[in-house]
Amino acid sequence: MIIGKGKPIKNILAMIENCSKIIVAGCRGCVTVCSAGGEKEVGILSAALSLARETDGKPIEIKEVTLERQCDPEYLETIRSFVDEYEAVVSIACGAGVQFMAEKFRKIPMYPGIDTNFIGVTETQGVWTERCQACGDCKLHITGGICPISRCAKSLLNGPCGGSSKGKCEVNPEVDCGWQLIYDRLKELGKLDQLEIIIPINDWSTGRDGGPRKIIREDLTL
Amino acid sequence: MTSDSRLEKILSRGDFAVTSECGPPRGADPEVIQKKGALIKDSVDAINVTDNQTSVVRMSSFSSCVILKQMGINPVLQMVTRDRNRIAIQSDILGAAALGINNILCLSGDHQKFGDHGKAKNVYDLDSIHLIQTVKQMRDEGKFLGGDDIKGKPRFFIGAAANPFADPFEFRVVRLAKKVAAGAQFIQTQCIYNLDRFKQWMQLVRDRGLHEKVHILGGVTPMKSLGMANYMKKMVPGMDVPDNLIARLKGVPKEKQADEGIKISVETIQQLREIKGVHGVHIMAIEWEEMVPGITQEAGLLPRPKVE
Amino acid sequence: MRLSYPPNIKIIQVPCTGKVDVLYLLKSFQRGADGVYVAGCMEGDCHYLTGNLRARKRVEFTKKILDEIGIGGERLEMYNMSAAQGPRFVEIAKEMTERIKKLGPNPIKRVASAALEYSATPEKKECVV
Repeated sequence: MIIGKGKPIKNILAMIENCSKIIVAGCRGCVTVCSAGGEKEVGILSAALSLARETDGKPIEIKEVTLERQCDPEYLETIRSFVDEYEAVVSIACGAGVQFMAEKFRKIPMYPGIDTNFIGVTETQGVWTERCQACGDCKLHITGGICPISRCAKSLLNGPCGGSSKGKCEVNPEVDCGWQLIYDRLKELGKLDQLEIIIPINDWSTGRDGGPRKIIREDLTL
Repeated sequence: MTSDSRLEKILSRGDFAVTSECGPPRGADPEVIQKKGALIKDSVDAINVTDNQTSVVRMSSFSSCVILKQMGINPVLQMVTRDRNRIAIQSDILGAAALGINNILCLSGDHQKFGDHGKAKNVYDLDSIHLIQTVKQMRDEGKFLGGDDIKGKPRFFIGAAANPFADPFEFRVVRLAKKVAAGAQFIQTQCIYNLDRFKQWMQLVRDRGLHEKVHILGGVTPMKSLGMANYMKKMVPGMDVPDNLIARLKGVPKEKQADEGIKISVETIQQLREIKGVHGVHIMAIEWEEMVPGITQEAGLLPRPKVE
Repeated sequence: MRLSYPPNIKIIQVPCTGKVDVLYLLKSFQRGADGVYVAGCMEGDCHYLTGNLRARKRVEFTKKILDEIGIGGERLEMYNMSAAQGPRFVEIAKEMTERIKKLGPNPIKRVASAALEYSATPEKKECVV
């Protein structure tokens, strides 16, 4: 899922400084699961913003909504009837959600209430880690199911750099060396010979380097 | 010969090679690099110039190499893939060749987190093995990565690094084999303090016959002090400083620790010469270049052989 | 034991402090509480194993929010005590009341009452859950 983290409330307060009536909009997708932008976080952020504004002597009216998803147009339509009655929307969906809202509701400003960080997993409750950088050309079949692009700080394709020490990355001793993980996994699978193969120079054009991406499925389009 | 490199000539005729390195200055003054070059010129066969090592911005390796070249020194251009994509890399390779630089050391480079620009974006379009392949393809096939022909092939003696002390240990030789398969002709290793582990690694290297395909130069860095040894042990990832070395430095008075550090380096070089498959040493006297003539003298590496 | 404790404290009962949510704590301040403290069981004695430990983490998290928005994290606290510690309950009630008296009323009321001309000493209010 997409993992995000709430922005400092001070930053959000600065965005809505001149507003007296806003919507705080959550999303029931990924950001609900990673506790960054679901219904509960909408409640907490709204309470915090309204407390802060009352403390400042500038009370604010906040409408709390949580959409099924902010990345699908039909769910955005559920707020169309009242969205223009407000001065701004603070969306705590991922960056895609905030942008899609901005595209669909053109009259009012759309502000991000969270930072969108990565595509990852819930390692244990309250701990999320990155797994994928959406490079558009998956190589997991040759690296033991562990991605060198997202899990090596240098995205090296041919083995650990000289900074791999005791299984940890030179960048941060709390982070596993991705290539150590690949090595261990291939060893478990009895496939260490796979590491002898030089993974060729990568085609990054399938990733963000190729420009904004688009997928069209002719069998599904209307 | 794949190039006009003095280092290549010395290694291919079977002489024990000596290389060293100069860290470029953090400014535009060419004299700094000239002074360092002059200090070690006659003690070594070639001099590496680091490429923004530890991700701290310095004068470019490329221009520092040109300065050394003008002094009659055979420079080794270190190039990291951290800061350049394949377009810039190939362009710099052509430029370096045009200016008479004929050794290149292909590296991935320290992560920018270690340097003075931790907020920078890194590139890593290629990894170090890809960089070796790139130089080789340009030199041997005369083709850019994109497939077009190069008019005027760049002739380089291609080097790479190896760290026998990083983890996973068993994979280190596999990685070396990949570098050799990619086209590396010489290898400069990480600083060697743990000779036992290095010998173990060399055994694995010989088991695969790699020592016959590539020239291995053992890395040596003299310790200036006990403080430096402790720092290297604890703070530098992938560095193996054994406790007995720390104890040895601790055993001498502070003002004698530098001398002891030099003595250790000389002994290391002497031991490295005895290891089958080690064809040279790479002395990295970090901001201590003036010690290189003494170390090479003591280790019996002088005078350096002449090359036509 | 008939011990008396400050009358400004309003007790909200929950089955376990593990039920206390960040939003409950913020809402208490929104409703005008000057201070809030969570009284949980002794650490290690939770009937639900870790309810009180999780409550403490939520209190810490909420303190940060309160600091950020100008209410002040010191208006919120987590205490642990057993059901048998009546005198300790009284002691904490007094201690927290003192702390909040020193801090003055919830800033949202200060702003509201500034408009109404701050007259008589406003009634101090605290919640304990």
